[in-house]
Amino acid sequence: MADAVLRTERLTKHFGGLAAVNDVSLEFYTDQIHAVIGPNGAGKTTLTSLLSGDLVSTSGSIYLDGEDIAGLSADRISQRGVGRSYQKTNIFLPFTAFENCRLAAQSRLPSSMRFTRPALRYADVSREALRALAEVGLEHRAQEPAAALSHGEQRQLEIAMTLATRPRILLLDEPLAGMGGEESARMVELLQKLKCAHAMMLVEHDMDAVFALADRLTVMVNGSVLESGTPDQIRASAAVQEAYLGSEEQHS
Amino acid sequence: MRSPRAATVVLLVCLLALALLPLVAEKYYIQLFTKMMIMAIFAMSLDLLVGYSGLVSLGHAAFFGLAGYSLAFAAPQYEAANLWLSLPLAMAGSGLLALVIGVLVLRTSGIYFIMVTLAFAQMVFFLFHDTKIAGGADGIYVYAKPVAAIAGWEPFTLENHTQFYFVVLVLLVLVYAFLRMLLASLFGRVIVGIRVNEQRMRSLGYRTFRYKLACFTIAGALAGMAGYFAAAQFGFVSPDILGWHQSGGVLMMVILGGMGTLNGAILGAFAMMLLELGFQGLPAMGGVDIGKHWQLLMGGFIVFAVLLLPHGLLGLGRLASRLLRKPAEEAADG
Amino acid sequence: MDANTFLIQVLNGIQYGLLLFLVASGLTLILGIMGIINLAHGSFYMVGAYLAFSLSQHFGSLWLAMAGGVVIAVAIGLLLEWLLISRLYHRDHLYQVLLTYGLILIFEELRSVVFGDDVHGVAVPALLQASIPLTDTLSYPVYRLWMSAVCLALAAGMYLLIQKTRLGMMIRAGAVNREMVQSLGINIDLLYRLVFALGVALAAFAGMIAAPVASVFPGMGNQVLIVCFVVVVIGGIGSVKGAMLAAILIGLVDTFGKVLTLEIGGMRVLPELSGMMIYVLMAVVLLARPEGLFGRRG
Repeated sequence: MADAVLRTERLTKHFGGLAAVNDVSLEFYTDQIHAVIGPNGAGKTTLTSLLSGDLVSTSGSIYLDGEDIAGLSADRISQRGVGRSYQKTNIFLPFTAFENCRLAAQSRLPSSMRFTRPALRYADVSREALRALAEVGLEHRAQEPAAALSHGEQRQLEIAMTLATRPRILLLDEPLAGMGGEESARMVELLQKLKCAHAMMLVEHDMDAVFALADRLTVMVNGSVLESGTPDQIRASAAVQEAYLGSEEQHS
Repeated sequence: MRSPRAATVVLLVCLLALALLPLVAEKYYIQLFTKMMIMAIFAMSLDLLVGYSGLVSLGHAAFFGLAGYSLAFAAPQYEAANLWLSLPLAMAGSGLLALVIGVLVLRTSGIYFIMVTLAFAQMVFFLFHDTKIAGGADGIYVYAKPVAAIAGWEPFTLENHTQFYFVVLVLLVLVYAFLRMLLASLFGRVIVGIRVNEQRMRSLGYRTFRYKLACFTIAGALAGMAGYFAAAQFGFVSPDILGWHQSGGVLMMVILGGMGTLNGAILGAFAMMLLELGFQGLPAMGGVDIGKHWQLLMGGFIVFAVLLLPHGLLGLGRLASRLLRKPAEEAADG
Repeated sequence: MDANTFLIQVLNGIQYGLLLFLVASGLTLILGIMGIINLAHGSFYMVGAYLAFSLSQHFGSLWLAMAGGVVIAVAIGLLLEWLLISRLYHRDHLYQVLLTYGLILIFEELRSVVFGDDVHGVAVPALLQASIPLTDTLSYPVYRLWMSAVCLALAAGMYLLIQKTRLGMMIRAGAVNREMVQSLGINIDLLYRLVFALGVALAAFAGMIAAPVASVFPGMGNQVLIVCFVVVVIGGIGSVKGAMLAAILIGLVDTFGKVLTLEIGGMRVLPELSGMMIYVLMAVVLLARPEGLFGRRG
C-alpha cells in the first residue's frame, strides 16, 4: 500500500485539565474512506479541527505526506492540500453559491493581491468554481444566494467549496447532518464518487451511511481510540457494541 | 431592491449637479461643497475599512491629519509646495503610518480593535500636541496653496476657489472609480469575504492578516489625500485634525450614510455637514445660544438615528422605495 | 532622584493607577457582563467631577457632594439604560459605538451649557487636609493616601459582590447566558440596569474623589476614557486581575514619565513625550502578547 496521505502520531489536545483528544494515531489513504465514529463528546470534531489547523495540538504529530504540519496555521495547511467541511454550515451566506465556490477556488491562485483586473475575468477560477458546483450537483443553483438554499443544498455547497480548493485529503465533519432521506442518499452517492481521487476522513452519526461508505472505521470514546478496523471487524467487536453501536441502535 | 440602473442614473445626475454648481453658486457655497467633497473622500476611505472589510477604526483621523501636517511641512512660512510632489508624499506618509499602526492593531479584533485604533490615533495626537515638531497645540499655518507646476507650466491654480473645487471633484470621481475597481478585483473579493466570515477564509487558505493590512494601508493613504486638501483649503493645521472628534465624525458619516455602499459614505458626508451647518445656524432659544452648542443637537440626532435607522440614511431610501412600491403593487393586483 | 522623591512618585503612580482601575472596572463590568462598549464612560467620570464641584459649592462640604453625586449618578445610569442602552443589546458593536459617541457629544455640550468651559478646582475636605511628613521639606498628602485606600476598598467590595454574593452569581450567569437566566425567573432587564448604574456610579465616584487632585476641566472625560481603553487592552481580554495590574503599571509609567528626563540620540524624549509613554507600552504588549497580559487566547 502506498504511504498514507495523512497520519497522526499520538495526537493529543488538552483543554485545561480535560483531554479532548488523547493519544490518537490514525492513517488516511487515497481511495479510502476512513470513518471516525463515536458518541457525542468523543472528540471527533476536535480531532478534525486539529487536522485542519483550526486548533493547535498540545502534543503529538501530524504528518502530511511525511511532513509534520502540527502547529501550522489553518491557511497554510489548506494550501498544502487539506480540505475541511464543517459540522455547522460555515459558508458565506450573503454570497451566491457560485461566489462561494469562486472565492474558494481563488484561494489556489499564487496571490490575490491584485487590485485592477475584475475577479470575474479570471476565467480559470470561475471554471473551477462551476466544476465544483457541478460535482456536487448544484450547478443549476449557482446564482442563488447561499442563504436562500435549502439546508441540504447548503451542506452540498459546504462540500463544493472544499472541492474547489482541489484538496488531496477531505476532512468531512458530519456532511449528512440534518438531511432527509433523499438528500442523504444523494450525498452518500457523492461521497462514494469522490473516493477515488481523494483520501477521506468522514465523521458521521448516520450509521447506515457509515457502513455503506467506510473502508475503514475508527471508534472514539472520550477522546481516545477504542478500536480501529474494517467495518466487519468493528460490527463484530463486543467492546464497540457495548460502548457505542448498541446504544445507537436503541436510539435510531 | 433598487435596480442598479436607477442607482447609476441618480449618481450621474448628482455628478452633473456637482459639475454645474460653480456656474450658479457664489464663492461661499463653492467652498462649502469643496469641503463636503473632501470629507466625502475621507468617508469613502473609511467605508473601505468599516463597510467592506468590517474593520471599525476609531482612529482614522490620524492618517487624515498626518497628511495635513505633511503639507504644512512642505510649505513652510510663505512658500508654496509643489502639488505633484507633496501630494504623493503626503499620501505615502499616511500610508506608511497606516502600515505601521496596522501591523499592531490588526492583531486584535472586535471591540479591542476599536479601542486600540483610538488609542494609537491619540498617541499621534499627543506627538503633535505636546511637542514642538509642528507648533504644538497652536498649530501651523499653510499660507500658500500648493502650486501645480510642472517644469514651469501651471495647468491650474489652487488659489482660485473654483479651480480648487474642480480639482477636488475630479479626485472624488477618481477615488470612487478606484475603489469600485478595487472592490471588484481579486483583492476586493477577499476583503469582503473576510468581513463575512474570516475564519472560513483562513480555512480556505487565505493569509487574512496580509489582506487586512493592505486594506488598512490603502484606506490610510486615501484618508491622507483628503487631509492634504483639507489643510490646503483651510490654510491652517492644528492637532485637532488628528483628534478623535475628527475620527468620530467621519465614522458617523459612514455609518449614518449607510455602510458598505460607497454611495452611502458620500451621502453621509454631505448630510452630516449640512446638518452641522443647519444646527450651527439656529438662533438662540430661551437664553441659550443653540448655534454654539450645536453638538448637542448633533448628538441627539445620532442617538435617534441609531435607534430608528438600522441601515443608515440609504436605508431610508430603501424603506421609502418599498413603501412607494406597495401601493403600486396593490393597484396592479386589484 | 533621592529616595524620598522616588517614594513620592511611586505613591503617586499607584494612586493614579488605582483611580484608573476604578474607572476601568466600571467599563470592564459593562463590557464583560452586558457586552456593551460604552464610549460615554469617560463622560460619567466628568459628570462626577462637575457634580463634586457644583454640589460642594452648594452644600459647602465635599462629603455631602459625594453622597449626593453618587445618588444622581446612579439615577442617570438607571435612566440611560432604560431609555437607550437596553436597545443596544442585540445590535452590532458599531451601533453601540455610534450611539455612545452621540452621548459623549450630548454630555459635553450639556456640561458646557450648565457649567461653562472653565477649569475649576475643588477643595480637599478639611478632615483630610493633613500631610504626612517624610523629611524636613517633603511630605505626602493624606488625601492621596485616602484615595488609594478608597479605591482598594471598592475593588475588594466589588470582588466580594461579584464572586461571593447571590446577586453576583446572577450577574455572572447573566453574562454567560442571558436567556437562560431570564427563564429562571430572574428579571434580567433589572439586573442589567443595576449593573449599568453600578458602572456609571463607579466612574462618577472616581471623578468625584479625583476632583481635588486633578481639577475639573472640559476634556477630562475623553482623556480618562482613552487611558481606560489602554488599561483594558494591556490588562487583557476579560481579566479584572489584568486590569488592576495594567492600571498600576500605567499609573507608574505615566507618573515617572513626567518627572524623568531622558534623551535619545540628542532628542529629549522625556518629559516631552511623556504623554506617549502609555501608548508605546500598549504597542509593546500588542507585539509581544496581543491578547493582553492576562487575556485568554482566541
